[in-house]
Amino acid sequence: MNGQPLIRWEWIGDHLGPIAGRIGQHLELTVIAVALGFAISFALAAVSIRQRRLYPAVTLLATAAYTIPSFALFAALVAVTGLTIVTAEIPLVLYTVILFVPNIVAGFDAVPGDVLDAADGMGYTGAQRWWRVELPLAVPLVIAGLRLASVSTIGLVTVSAVLGDSFGGLGYYILDGYHRHFTTEILVGGLLSIGLAVIADLLFLSLQRFLTPWAARKTVTR
Amino acid sequence: MDILNATLAWLAEPLHWQGDNGIPAKLLEHVELSAVALLLAACVALPLGLWIGHTGRFSWWIVSSANAWRALPSFAVIGLLVPFTTVIDPNLGFTLYPTLVAMVVLAGPPILVNTYAGISGVDRGLVEAARAMGMNERQILTGVEIPLALPILATGIRSAAVQVIATATLGAEFGFGGLGIFIVLGDANQDTGELFGGVVLVTALALATFGGFVLLQRRLVSAGLARRAA
Repeated sequence: MNGQPLIRWEWIGDHLGPIAGRIGQHLELTVIAVALGFAISFALAAVSIRQRRLYPAVTLLATAAYTIPSFALFAALVAVTGLTIVTAEIPLVLYTVILFVPNIVAGFDAVPGDVLDAADGMGYTGAQRWWRVELPLAVPLVIAGLRLASVSTIGLVTVSAVLGDSFGGLGYYILDGYHRHFTTEILVGGLLSIGLAVIADLLFLSLQRFLTPWAARKTVTR
Repeated sequence: MDILNATLAWLAEPLHWQGDNGIPAKLLEHVELSAVALLLAACVALPLGLWIGHTGRFSWWIVSSANAWRALPSFAVIGLLVPFTTVIDPNLGFTLYPTLVAMVVLAGPPILVNTYAGISGVDRGLVEAARAMGMNERQILTGVEIPLALPILATGIRSAAVQVIATATLGAEFGFGGLGIFIVLGDANQDTGELFGGVVLVTALALATFGGFVLLQRRLVSAGLARRAA
């Protein structure tokens, strides 16, 4: 823009502290949303697994709710709840829950009935069966949900920059750089937030491999 | 209650429904550009998805990259395009292009991944049976694979459409226009009615798009398949 160099490295050098602060804020907003969303989703999934009749309707409703642009939701909430962390977290948690619940339900659905029968036959109590059989077998899809939710939340946190300068994590730099026609700031905010999303993606991928070693082994022996 | 009254008053004001900056003009802009973006994305992603789904060639590489591509935050993509589109055109490159390009780029992967998943998920026994009946590859694709894959394929196009509408809304922060502009202006002018009016319009458009595609999907999917799913 206006003949300026694409990146002014000295600006980055002068702002290492604030940049690190924004990365911290980005991670904080993400971790709170995913942790809260995970807890709520597990409760909702537990209900959904028992109440199967309602589940298709709930899924349709959730998918419809997911279509509401995050930008609209953030903007609407700031007018209601003011500029607080709650305003930023409500949409983040909501979108997390919508992504999570189907994955958890699918994870538990994927546990074969024969395996459950075998566990019962071996004399497992309900709790033992859940901890030692159902949960480990549901892990791949639960982690897949965690991966999806984290990556999506990291993206949504950038949108929370529209709430005001005090939010947005790295998204703040994207918006501020745009308003000031300053490409260095846009690139710092944009590339670092993409970097965070990629790191989160890879982190959960390795976690999945670590928790379900049999999945990898199966593909090797085949 | 104040918010509700302000919103209703703003929406009911006839002046807001006229002219180049009125609701119909902004709605049309939003829908037109979304349709263009969706069409452009589909032109690339659909044939590619059909091809890798049918032949299985390069599928792992293409689907993995498309999935990684889906992880890109749309806000960052729009922002990152600005420095480059402004080189091409200082005006439109600062307002229209970044969001439009982001809409196309982000709509592709859901269409591609679902098209591939749908086509490659068709029972290979059926494909072999069709081949044994003397159908050529094109007939197999159009007569067997596409009809059977249609529900999954349509879901991909639907999520792409929803994504495009949302990205266009976000674009209002980057000078794009569309219905999101009312949210931006309402926020800037501290006009609660305009802000919530914008939120209502944007949400209505997103839900209408979603609902429209769900209905379209019901009509397109063959009756036999729909019965089997129910």
